Amino acid sequence: MNLFAQQLINGLFIGSVYGLFAVGYTLVFGVLDILNLAHAAVFTLGGLSALWLAQHAGWSIWIAFPAATMLAGLLGLLLNAVAFAPLRHRSDSQFSGLISSIAMAIVFEALSLGLFGARAVRFPAGTVKVHIWQLGPSVTITSLQVSIVAVVVLLMVALTLFLKRSRAGKAIRAVAENERAALLLGIDVRGIIAFTFFISSALGGAAGILYGLYFDSLGPDMGRSIELKGLAVIILGGMGSIPGAILGGLAFGLSEVLTVAISGTSNLRDAVAFMVLFAILLLRPSGLLGRARMREA
Amino acid sequence: MEHLVQFYAIYGSLINFIGLNALLALSLNVTLAAGMLSLGNAAFAALGAYTAGILTVHYHLPFIPAIAAGAILPGLAAVVLGLPVLRLKGVFLAMATLAFGEVVRIAAVNLEITGGAEGLTGIPNVTNVWMIYLALALAAYFVAVLRRSQLGWGLLSIREDETAAACLGIPIFRYKLLAFVIGAMLAGLAGALYAHLNYLITPRDYGFFIAVDLLIYNIVGGTRAWYGPVMGAALLTALPEILRGIGVAAGPIRMGVNGLILLLVILFLPNGLASLINRPRAVTATPEASGQRA
Repeated sequence: MNLFAQQLINGLFIGSVYGLFAVGYTLVFGVLDILNLAHAAVFTLGGLSALWLAQHAGWSIWIAFPAATMLAGLLGLLLNAVAFAPLRHRSDSQFSGLISSIAMAIVFEALSLGLFGARAVRFPAGTVKVHIWQLGPSVTITSLQVSIVAVVVLLMVALTLFLKRSRAGKAIRAVAENERAALLLGIDVRGIIAFTFFISSALGGAAGILYGLYFDSLGPDMGRSIELKGLAVIILGGMGSIPGAILGGLAFGLSEVLTVAISGTSNLRDAVAFMVLFAILLLRPSGLLGRARMREA
Repeated sequence: MEHLVQFYAIYGSLINFIGLNALLALSLNVTLAAGMLSLGNAAFAALGAYTAGILTVHYHLPFIPAIAAGAILPGLAAVVLGLPVLRLKGVFLAMATLAFGEVVRIAAVNLEITGGAEGLTGIPNVTNVWMIYLALALAAYFVAVLRRSQLGWGLLSIREDETAAACLGIPIFRYKLLAFVIGAMLAGLAGALYAHLNYLITPRDYGFFIAVDLLIYNIVGGTRAWYGPVMGAALLTALPEILRGIGVAAGPIRMGVNGLILLLVILFLPNGLASLINRPRAVTATPEASGQRA
């Protein structure tokens, strides 16, 4: 039972990182109806550059974290300018945008290989002081886990408030709803789309840093393992839905650890997750919290 | 002649891979012709490879029946998968076929008959370069004929506007399923040939990134004619070798150049490499069409 409780806790923590990653995906999809397959590469670069700032520039993680997050956001602007904006008015922009984002993913991955090398690296010891709290017999929770969830919750609350209340957030929602109408109302659609990429990529970069801290290992291929999971999470939660992405992330994290806990091996971990994804697509293609119209996308 | 032999000795495996990748790209081209974005063709290739490989290794079947089974079984799988899945569109179809691909990969890792994570070994090496190119030529001819057939025009009209196609009396679902099955069979054929070329197949051979590669070949080459995907597959399969030839060092730089070339083709050749040969009317959306999203 204790093992079970411990697994539940671990699943919630890793699930919140998946959720944060997926929010970036779903934000761009909600606004543009395009999958940005370079998101995982931005995730990697975000994590690796935070590591570099902490290790080689000797910054505290509390400064390196926001700096690397901003850097990831800038990569998002670059991504939009190079790979998405030029294709926007092509009839096949869904396909060609997908491919150009893959091209940028390859370029970003080459960049992270060139800058940071191919080896798996870790944050220097003591980057974050870790306390371990005993919740029960053999159920523990670390301060690192708590701060990860705190950061995720903070970012999500900030994002939600921003989208609900601020002028720019309302403009993003307007563009997502109907680009043409937004343009007619005098919204700077191109600027809003670029800004959406900035936020999306900054969140992706933040997820990369938290992922690296949690697993204590970063490398140029770390994005590959999360890319498919991120896609599964946004389908699960509903394309374009932010609460859906968080919920989907948590569900995915839990399903992973529970499959391992119940079956006793890690072989089936991904199989269960993808079967669930498959079933969701067939039974409720709009996802748990998605809007029905998205099905036509 | 001697030069040719020498050339083949050096580049033989590259030539084989260009042929196989072109065949795989053509298999996806059939599904793309109906506007269906499938990421399942790599998994169909894996099914074909494992079917044919298991038949020759464990059941000592001759080569030709094994290859045939390697094409037929993925076709059957495509019927079973397609019946529920082809109702989905766009990204959702892509995700469902992607999930199918992952399940196939994980099954191959966990089953005993597939040899687990280390893969199926000891497959007799029978496939020859001429077999690959014969299969490719036949497939290309088939795709070219298909495009001008009633089915081909039907698929094209489904791609352009499904509602209008339905109003014209085109049996949408049957046509889509047929295209999906044909694509799966071609992919299975490529997989079966690959299995008998390489002695060994592993679950990693046909994962998510291969599925994405097939899409890349099609978009880079152009999806509107049979030679598009063939050109895309040839260029992108040979690109690392070409870059090596002109002295681009291995590692991150070659990878980056690879990505940049892909980006340039997408940005500046909207209809792919095929438009270099035969310029079809540039298809650009009218503002009305692109401003209005479904």
